[in-house]
Amino acid sequence: MPHDHSDHAHPHSLLPSDPALRVKALETILTQKGLIDPAALDEIIDTYENKIGPRNGAHVVARAWADPYFKAALLEDADAVVSEMGYYGRQGEHMVVVENTAQVHNMVVCTLCSCYPWPLLGIPPGWYKSDAYRARAVREPRKVLADFGVTLPEDTAVRVWDSTAEVRYLVLPMRPEGSEGLEEAGLMDLVSRDAMIGCALAGTP
Amino acid sequence: MSRVHDMGGRFGDGPVIPEEEGVMFHADWHPRALAVTLACGSLGLWNIDVSRHARESLAPMDYARFSYYEKWMAALADLLVDTGALSADELAQGKASSDSPLAAKRLEPGAVAAVLAKGGPADRPSTVPARFAPGDTVEIRAFAENVTVPGGHTRLPEYAAGAKGTILRLHGSHVLPDSSAHRLGEAAEPLYAVAVRAVDIWAHPEHPQDEVILDLWDSYLAPG
Repeated sequence: MPHDHSDHAHPHSLLPSDPALRVKALETILTQKGLIDPAALDEIIDTYENKIGPRNGAHVVARAWADPYFKAALLEDADAVVSEMGYYGRQGEHMVVVENTAQVHNMVVCTLCSCYPWPLLGIPPGWYKSDAYRARAVREPRKVLADFGVTLPEDTAVRVWDSTAEVRYLVLPMRPEGSEGLEEAGLMDLVSRDAMIGCALAGTP
Repeated sequence: MSRVHDMGGRFGDGPVIPEEEGVMFHADWHPRALAVTLACGSLGLWNIDVSRHARESLAPMDYARFSYYEKWMAALADLLVDTGALSADELAQGKASSDSPLAAKRLEPGAVAAVLAKGGPADRPSTVPARFAPGDTVEIRAFAENVTVPGGHTRLPEYAAGAKGTILRLHGSHVLPDSSAHRLGEAAEPLYAVAVRAVDIWAHPEHPQDEVILDLWDSYLAPG
Protein backbone atom coordinates (compact mmCIF):
# COMPACT_ATOMS: atom_id res chain seq x y z
CA MET A 1 0.00 0.00 0.00
CA PRO A 2 1.44 3.41 -0.92
CA HIS A 3 2.37 5.55 1.99
CA ASP A 4 -0.24 7.99 3.18
CA HIS A 5 0.74 9.97 6.23
CA SER A 6 -2.73 11.16 7.11
CA ASP A 7 -3.29 8.73 9.92
CA HIS A 8 0.13 9.14 11.49
CA ALA A 9 1.02 11.54 14.27
CA HIS A 10 1.47 15.13 13.12
CA PRO A 11 4.99 16.37 13.93
CA HIS A 12 3.87 20.01 13.67
CA SER A 13 2.30 19.64 17.13
CA LEU A 14 5.86 19.55 18.52
CA LEU A 15 6.32 23.23 17.60
CA PRO A 16 5.09 26.13 19.74
CA SER A 17 1.37 26.70 19.21
CA ASP A 18 1.65 30.48 18.82
CA PRO A 19 1.97 30.97 15.05
CA ALA A 20 4.57 33.74 15.21
CA LEU A 21 6.75 31.57 17.48
CA ARG A 22 6.12 28.59 15.21
CA VAL A 23 7.50 30.39 12.17
CA LYS A 24 10.42 31.74 14.16
CA ALA A 25 11.25 28.26 15.47
CA LEU A 26 11.14 26.70 12.01
CA GLU A 27 13.22 29.48 10.49
CA THR A 28 15.80 29.14 13.29
CA ILE A 29 16.17 25.38 13.00
CA LEU A 30 16.31 25.46 9.20
CA THR A 31 18.88 28.24 9.22
CA GLN A 32 21.06 26.39 11.75
CA LYS A 33 20.93 23.30 9.56
CA GLY A 34 21.97 25.28 6.53
CA LEU A 35 18.69 24.55 4.70
CA ILE A 36 17.57 28.15 4.31
CA ASP A 37 19.31 31.51 4.11
CA PRO A 38 17.34 34.34 5.80
CA ALA A 39 18.60 36.71 3.10
CA ALA A 40 16.84 34.56 0.49
CA LEU A 41 13.63 34.86 2.51
CA ASP A 42 14.00 38.66 2.45
CA GLU A 43 14.41 38.47 -1.31
CA ILE A 44 11.24 36.38 -1.74
CA ILE A 45 9.24 38.78 0.44
CA ASP A 46 10.57 41.81 -1.44
CA THR A 47 9.54 40.20 -4.73
CA TYR A 48 5.91 39.77 -3.72
CA GLU A 49 5.66 43.00 -1.73
CA ASN A 50 7.26 45.25 -4.33
CA LYS A 51 7.83 43.63 -7.72
CA ILE A 52 5.02 41.22 -8.59
CA GLY A 53 1.41 42.29 -8.12
CA PRO A 54 -1.90 43.10 -9.78
CA ARG A 55 -0.49 46.01 -11.80
CA ASN A 56 1.08 43.30 -14.02
CA GLY A 57 -2.37 41.93 -14.80
CA ALA A 58 -3.77 45.44 -15.29
CA HIS A 59 -1.04 46.05 -17.86
CA VAL A 60 -2.15 42.96 -19.79
CA VAL A 61 -5.82 43.99 -19.63
CA ALA A 62 -5.13 47.58 -20.73
CA ARG A 63 -3.20 46.34 -23.75
CA ALA A 64 -5.97 43.90 -24.64
CA TRP A 65 -8.52 46.72 -24.50
CA ALA A 66 -6.37 48.95 -26.68
CA ASP A 67 -5.19 46.44 -29.28
CA PRO A 68 -7.57 43.88 -30.87
CA TYR A 69 -4.69 41.84 -32.30
CA PHE A 70 -3.05 41.63 -28.90
CA LYS A 71 -6.38 40.62 -27.37
CA ALA A 72 -6.93 37.88 -29.96
CA ALA A 73 -3.43 36.51 -29.31
CA LEU A 74 -3.96 36.69 -25.54
CA LEU A 75 -7.23 34.75 -25.67
CA GLU A 76 -5.66 32.21 -28.03
CA ASP A 77 -2.36 31.59 -26.18
CA ALA A 78 -1.95 33.61 -22.99
CA ASP A 79 1.30 31.86 -22.00
CA ALA A 80 3.11 33.14 -25.07
CA VAL A 81 1.77 36.67 -24.71
CA VAL A 82 2.37 37.17 -20.99
CA SER A 83 5.81 35.54 -21.26
CA GLU A 84 6.75 38.13 -23.84
CA MET A 85 5.71 40.84 -21.37
CA GLY A 86 7.91 39.28 -18.66
CA TYR A 87 4.99 37.98 -16.62
CA TYR A 88 5.67 34.26 -16.69
CA GLY A 89 6.63 32.52 -13.45
CA ARG A 90 5.74 30.52 -10.38
CA GLN A 91 2.00 29.81 -10.11
CA GLY A 92 1.41 31.17 -13.59
CA GLU A 93 2.95 28.46 -15.75
CA HIS A 94 -0.26 27.69 -17.64
CA MET A 95 -2.31 30.84 -18.12
CA VAL A 96 -5.76 31.10 -19.67
CA VAL A 97 -7.51 34.47 -20.06
CA VAL A 98 -11.32 34.45 -20.14
CA GLU A 99 -13.24 37.40 -21.54
CA ASN A 100 -16.28 38.98 -19.94
CA THR A 101 -19.05 39.98 -22.34
CA ALA A 102 -22.62 41.18 -22.02
CA GLN A 103 -23.63 37.51 -22.26
CA VAL A 104 -21.10 35.87 -19.90
CA HIS A 105 -19.45 37.05 -16.68
CA ASN A 106 -16.44 34.99 -15.54
CA MET A 107 -15.28 34.48 -11.94
CA VAL A 108 -12.29 32.53 -10.64
CA VAL A 109 -12.04 30.48 -7.45
CA CYS A 110 -10.04 27.58 -6.05
CA THR A 111 -12.41 25.55 -3.88
CA LEU A 112 -9.75 23.00 -2.91
CA CYS A 113 -6.95 25.38 -1.87
CA SER A 114 -5.99 28.85 -3.13
CA CYS A 115 -4.64 28.54 -6.70
CA TYR A 116 -4.19 31.99 -8.19
CA PRO A 117 -2.15 33.58 -11.04
CA TRP A 118 0.75 34.96 -8.99
CA PRO A 119 2.86 36.50 -11.80
CA LEU A 120 -0.12 38.59 -12.91
CA LEU A 121 -1.90 39.32 -9.62
CA GLY A 122 0.66 38.73 -6.85
CA ILE A 123 -0.24 36.71 -3.80
CA PRO A 124 -3.98 36.21 -3.28
CA PRO A 125 -6.00 38.52 -1.01
CA GLY A 126 -7.33 37.18 2.29
CA TRP A 127 -10.90 36.86 1.03
CA TYR A 128 -9.83 34.72 -1.96
CA LYS A 129 -8.30 32.23 0.49
CA SER A 130 -11.24 32.39 2.90
CA ASP A 131 -13.57 29.48 3.57
CA ALA A 132 -16.52 31.74 2.69
CA TYR A 133 -15.28 32.48 -0.82
CA ARG A 134 -14.09 28.93 -1.50
CA ALA A 135 -17.39 27.47 -0.29
CA ARG A 136 -19.82 29.95 -1.83
CA ALA A 137 -18.36 31.11 -5.17
CA VAL A 138 -19.36 27.93 -7.00
CA ARG A 139 -22.85 27.62 -5.49
CA GLU A 140 -24.00 31.23 -5.26
CA PRO A 141 -21.69 33.43 -7.30
CA ARG A 142 -24.29 36.18 -7.60
CA LYS A 143 -24.66 36.48 -3.84
CA VAL A 144 -20.86 36.60 -3.58
CA LEU A 145 -20.80 39.35 -6.19
CA ALA A 146 -23.37 41.20 -4.08
CA ASP A 147 -20.87 41.11 -1.19
CA PHE A 148 -18.61 43.13 -3.53
CA GLY A 149 -21.44 45.48 -4.46
CA VAL A 150 -21.81 44.02 -7.95
CA THR A 151 -25.17 43.21 -9.56
CA LEU A 152 -25.22 41.62 -13.02
CA PRO A 153 -27.99 42.04 -15.60
CA GLU A 154 -30.53 39.21 -15.41
CA ASP A 155 -29.61 37.98 -18.91
CA THR A 156 -25.89 37.66 -18.16
CA ALA A 157 -24.78 34.08 -17.38
CA VAL A 158 -22.08 33.45 -14.77
CA ARG A 159 -19.22 31.07 -15.43
CA VAL A 160 -17.23 30.21 -12.31
CA TRP A 161 -13.80 28.72 -13.03
CA ASP A 162 -12.70 26.37 -10.23
CA SER A 163 -8.89 26.16 -10.50
CA THR A 164 -8.56 22.44 -9.82
CA ALA A 165 -5.36 21.91 -11.84
CA GLU A 166 -2.20 23.94 -12.57
CA VAL A 167 -4.01 26.11 -15.12
CA ARG A 168 -4.41 29.67 -13.81
CA TYR A 169 -7.23 31.93 -14.98
CA LEU A 170 -7.35 35.69 -15.42
CA VAL A 171 -10.59 37.51 -16.19
CA LEU A 172 -10.52 40.12 -18.94
CA PRO A 173 -13.14 42.63 -17.75
CA MET A 174 -15.40 44.51 -20.18
CA ARG A 175 -13.92 47.81 -21.21
CA PRO A 176 -16.01 50.57 -19.63
CA GLU A 177 -17.84 53.19 -21.64
CA GLY A 178 -16.17 56.57 -21.68
CA SER A 179 -12.65 55.09 -21.73
CA GLU A 180 -12.15 55.64 -25.48
CA GLY A 181 -9.63 58.46 -25.23
CA LEU A 182 -7.45 56.95 -22.51
CA GLU A 183 -3.83 55.91 -22.95
CA GLU A 184 -2.45 52.70 -21.42
CA ALA A 185 -1.72 54.19 -17.99
CA GLY A 186 -5.23 55.63 -17.77
CA LEU A 187 -6.77 52.32 -18.77
CA MET A 188 -4.69 50.45 -16.19
CA ASP A 189 -6.13 52.65 -13.46
CA LEU A 190 -9.59 51.28 -14.29
CA VAL A 191 -8.52 47.66 -13.76
CA SER A 192 -8.66 46.47 -10.16
CA ARG A 193 -7.32 43.18 -8.86
CA ASP A 194 -10.86 42.13 -7.98
CA ALA A 195 -12.03 42.80 -11.56
CA MET A 196 -9.39 40.38 -12.86
CA ILE A 197 -10.69 37.69 -10.48
CA GLY A 198 -14.22 38.45 -11.67
CA CYS A 199 -15.49 39.91 -8.39
CA ALA A 200 -15.69 43.48 -9.64
CA LEU A 201 -16.33 45.31 -12.89
CA ALA A 202 -13.83 47.67 -14.45
CA GLY A 203 -13.91 51.16 -13.00
CA THR A 204 -15.46 54.10 -14.82
CA PRO A 205 -13.27 56.99 -16.03
CA MET B 1 -15.91 10.71 1.31
CA SER B 2 -13.74 13.75 0.76
CA ARG B 3 -11.47 15.68 3.09
CA VAL B 4 -12.02 18.88 5.03
CA HIS B 5 -10.40 21.12 2.41
CA ASP B 6 -13.04 20.18 -0.19
CA MET B 7 -15.52 22.92 0.74
CA GLY B 8 -17.04 24.00 -2.58
CA GLY B 9 -20.81 24.43 -2.11
CA ARG B 10 -20.70 24.23 1.69
CA PHE B 11 -23.28 26.25 3.66
CA GLY B 12 -22.79 28.47 6.68
CA ASP B 13 -19.52 30.32 6.05
CA GLY B 14 -20.95 33.83 6.13
CA PRO B 15 -20.11 36.84 3.98
CA VAL B 16 -17.01 37.36 1.83
CA ILE B 17 -15.20 40.42 3.15
CA PRO B 18 -13.52 42.46 0.37
CA GLU B 19 -10.22 44.16 1.10
CA GLU B 20 -8.00 46.84 -0.39
CA GLU B 21 -5.55 45.89 -3.10
CA GLY B 22 -2.52 46.99 -1.06
CA VAL B 23 -3.20 44.60 1.82
CA MET B 24 -0.94 41.61 1.35
CA PHE B 25 -0.36 40.20 4.80
CA HIS B 26 -2.32 40.37 8.05
CA ALA B 27 0.45 39.68 10.56
CA ASP B 28 4.21 40.24 10.70
CA TRP B 29 4.90 36.52 10.56
CA HIS B 30 2.83 35.91 7.40
CA PRO B 31 5.48 37.00 4.87
CA ARG B 32 8.05 34.97 6.79
CA ALA B 33 5.80 31.88 6.63
CA LEU B 34 5.35 32.35 2.90
CA ALA B 35 9.08 32.77 2.31
CA VAL B 36 10.17 29.83 4.50
CA THR B 37 7.75 27.58 2.64
CA LEU B 38 8.91 28.70 -0.80
CA ALA B 39 12.58 28.45 0.16
CA CYS B 40 12.10 24.90 1.49
CA GLY B 41 10.38 23.94 -1.75
CA SER B 42 13.68 24.57 -3.50
CA LEU B 43 15.29 21.70 -1.57
CA GLY B 44 13.53 19.36 -4.01
CA LEU B 45 12.14 17.05 -1.32
CA TRP B 46 8.56 17.23 -2.54
CA ASN B 47 6.44 18.39 -5.44
CA ILE B 48 3.37 20.67 -5.36
CA ASP B 49 0.98 17.72 -5.11
CA VAL B 50 2.81 16.25 -2.12
CA SER B 51 2.70 19.64 -0.40
CA ARG B 52 -1.02 20.13 -1.12
CA HIS B 53 -1.74 16.69 0.26
CA ALA B 54 0.21 17.51 3.41
CA ARG B 55 -2.04 20.54 4.03
CA GLU B 56 -5.17 18.52 3.29
CA SER B 57 -4.02 15.80 5.66
CA LEU B 58 -4.01 18.08 8.69
CA ALA B 59 -6.54 16.91 11.24
CA PRO B 60 -9.93 18.39 10.26
CA MET B 61 -10.09 20.27 13.55
CA ASP B 62 -6.69 21.86 12.87
CA TYR B 63 -7.53 22.63 9.24
CA ALA B 64 -10.68 24.46 10.35
CA ARG B 65 -9.10 26.47 13.18
CA PHE B 66 -5.74 27.28 11.57
CA SER B 67 -5.42 30.47 9.56
CA TYR B 68 -4.08 30.17 6.03
CA TYR B 69 -0.38 30.45 6.81
CA GLU B 70 -0.75 28.34 9.95
CA LYS B 71 -1.85 25.53 7.64
CA TRP B 72 1.24 26.16 5.54
CA MET B 73 3.52 26.06 8.58
CA ALA B 74 1.98 22.92 10.03
CA ALA B 75 2.17 21.07 6.70
CA LEU B 76 5.74 22.27 6.18
CA ALA B 77 6.81 20.96 9.58
CA ASP B 78 5.12 17.62 8.85
CA LEU B 79 6.81 17.37 5.44
CA LEU B 80 10.26 18.26 6.77
CA VAL B 81 10.02 15.46 9.34
CA ASP B 82 8.41 13.00 6.90
CA THR B 83 11.23 13.50 4.41
CA GLY B 84 13.93 13.32 7.08
CA ALA B 85 15.14 16.89 6.52
CA LEU B 86 14.49 17.61 10.21
CA SER B 87 14.00 15.23 13.11
CA ALA B 88 11.05 15.32 15.46
CA ASP B 89 13.56 15.94 18.22
CA GLU B 90 14.88 19.05 16.46
CA LEU B 91 11.34 20.40 16.15
CA ALA B 92 10.68 19.74 19.81
CA GLN B 93 13.99 21.28 20.94
CA GLY B 94 13.76 24.27 18.60
CA LYS B 95 17.34 23.84 17.47
CA ALA B 96 19.39 21.83 15.00
CA SER B 97 21.29 18.83 16.32
CA SER B 98 23.40 18.31 13.18
CA ASP B 99 24.23 19.85 9.82
CA SER B 100 22.18 18.70 6.86
CA PRO B 101 23.59 17.01 3.75
CA LEU B 102 20.90 18.90 1.86
CA ALA B 103 22.52 22.27 2.61
CA ALA B 104 24.10 22.25 -0.86
CA LYS B 105 20.59 22.64 -2.29
CA ARG B 106 19.78 25.70 -0.19
CA LEU B 107 18.11 28.54 -2.08
CA GLU B 108 20.65 31.36 -2.28
CA PRO B 109 19.53 35.02 -2.29
CA GLY B 110 20.97 35.57 -5.74
CA ALA B 111 18.96 32.66 -7.18
CA VAL B 112 15.53 33.75 -5.90
CA ALA B 113 14.52 35.85 -8.92
CA ALA B 114 15.44 33.12 -11.37
CA VAL B 115 13.71 30.37 -9.38
CA LEU B 116 10.46 32.35 -9.10
CA ALA B 117 10.59 33.30 -12.79
CA LYS B 118 11.18 29.70 -13.86
CA GLY B 119 8.21 28.24 -11.98
CA GLY B 120 7.31 24.57 -12.23
CA PRO B 121 5.30 23.74 -15.32
CA ALA B 122 3.00 20.69 -15.01
CA ASP B 123 2.55 19.85 -18.70
CA ARG B 124 4.26 16.67 -19.83
CA PRO B 125 4.31 14.42 -22.87
CA SER B 126 1.88 11.55 -22.42
CA THR B 127 1.06 8.30 -24.14
CA VAL B 128 -2.55 8.55 -22.97
CA PRO B 129 -4.70 9.63 -25.93
CA ALA B 130 -7.26 12.41 -25.47
CA ARG B 131 -10.57 10.55 -25.50
CA PHE B 132 -12.64 13.72 -25.63
CA ALA B 133 -12.91 16.83 -27.77
CA PRO B 134 -14.57 20.19 -27.11
CA GLY B 135 -18.35 19.77 -27.24
CA ASP B 136 -18.32 16.15 -26.05
CA THR B 137 -20.60 15.19 -23.19
CA VAL B 138 -18.91 13.43 -20.28
CA GLU B 139 -19.84 11.94 -16.93
CA ILE B 140 -17.59 12.85 -14.01
CA ARG B 141 -16.46 10.10 -11.64
CA ALA B 142 -19.11 9.50 -8.99
CA PHE B 143 -16.82 9.68 -5.96
CA ALA B 144 -14.37 12.44 -5.09
CA GLU B 145 -11.69 10.02 -3.95
CA ASN B 146 -8.29 8.79 -5.03
CA VAL B 147 -8.92 5.42 -6.74
CA THR B 148 -5.45 4.02 -5.98
CA VAL B 149 -4.62 5.30 -2.50
CA PRO B 150 -7.36 5.14 0.14
CA GLY B 151 -7.73 8.60 1.64
CA GLY B 152 -5.25 9.89 -0.91
CA HIS B 153 -5.07 13.13 -2.83
CA THR B 154 -7.40 14.00 -5.68
CA ARG B 155 -8.41 17.23 -7.41
CA LEU B 156 -11.99 16.20 -8.05
CA PRO B 157 -14.26 18.26 -5.77
CA GLU B 158 -17.18 16.50 -4.14
CA TYR B 159 -19.75 18.93 -5.55
CA ALA B 160 -18.94 17.89 -9.14
CA ALA B 161 -18.64 14.15 -8.53
CA GLY B 162 -21.14 12.18 -10.60
CA ALA B 163 -22.30 15.19 -12.62
CA LYS B 164 -22.69 15.42 -16.37
CA GLY B 165 -20.45 17.92 -18.09
CA THR B 166 -19.36 19.23 -21.46
CA ILE B 167 -15.75 19.48 -22.61
CA LEU B 168 -14.84 23.13 -23.20
CA ARG B 169 -11.16 22.81 -24.03
CA LEU B 170 -8.19 20.47 -23.93
CA HIS B 171 -5.25 21.90 -21.96
CA GLY B 172 -2.76 19.29 -23.19
CA SER B 173 -1.38 16.57 -20.91
CA HIS B 174 -0.55 17.36 -17.28
CA VAL B 175 0.91 15.54 -14.28
CA LEU B 176 -1.81 13.53 -12.51
CA PRO B 177 -1.96 14.78 -8.89
CA ASP B 178 -3.58 11.56 -7.65
CA SER B 179 -0.35 9.76 -8.55
CA SER B 180 2.23 12.49 -8.05
CA ALA B 181 1.06 13.36 -4.53
CA HIS B 182 1.99 9.85 -3.41
CA ARG B 183 5.30 9.70 -5.29
CA LEU B 184 3.88 7.07 -7.64
CA GLY B 185 5.10 8.87 -10.75
CA GLU B 186 3.82 11.79 -12.78
CA ALA B 187 1.46 9.64 -14.87
CA ALA B 188 0.60 12.57 -17.15
CA GLU B 189 -2.72 12.40 -18.96
CA PRO B 190 -4.98 14.76 -20.92
CA LEU B 191 -6.48 17.59 -18.88
CA TYR B 192 -9.72 19.28 -19.89
CA ALA B 193 -11.80 22.28 -18.87
CA VAL B 194 -15.23 20.75 -18.23
CA ALA B 195 -18.40 22.82 -17.97
CA VAL B 196 -21.04 21.69 -15.50
CA ARG B 197 -24.44 23.38 -15.37
CA ALA B 198 -25.43 24.90 -12.04
CA VAL B 199 -28.88 23.31 -12.44
CA ASP B 200 -27.23 19.86 -12.54
CA ILE B 201 -25.28 20.20 -9.28
CA TRP B 202 -27.26 22.49 -6.96
CA ALA B 203 -30.76 22.04 -5.60
CA HIS B 204 -31.24 25.81 -5.68
CA PRO B 205 -29.22 27.22 -8.57
CA GLU B 206 -29.16 30.99 -8.79
CA HIS B 207 -29.77 31.17 -12.55
CA PRO B 208 -30.61 28.60 -15.26
CA GLN B 209 -27.70 29.71 -17.46
CA ASP B 210 -24.95 29.63 -14.83
CA GLU B 211 -22.08 27.14 -15.07
CA VAL B 212 -19.08 25.98 -13.10
CA ILE B 213 -15.95 25.06 -15.07
CA LEU B 214 -13.47 22.58 -13.59
CA ASP B 215 -10.13 21.34 -14.86
CA LEU B 216 -10.38 17.54 -14.82
CA TRP B 217 -8.07 14.75 -15.93
CA ASP B 218 -9.01 12.11 -18.48
CA SER B 219 -9.25 9.34 -15.87
CA TYR B 220 -11.81 11.38 -13.90
CA LEU B 221 -14.18 11.21 -16.88
CA ALA B 222 -16.30 8.70 -18.77
CA PRO B 223 -18.25 9.22 -22.00
CA GLY B 224 -21.57 10.84 -21.07
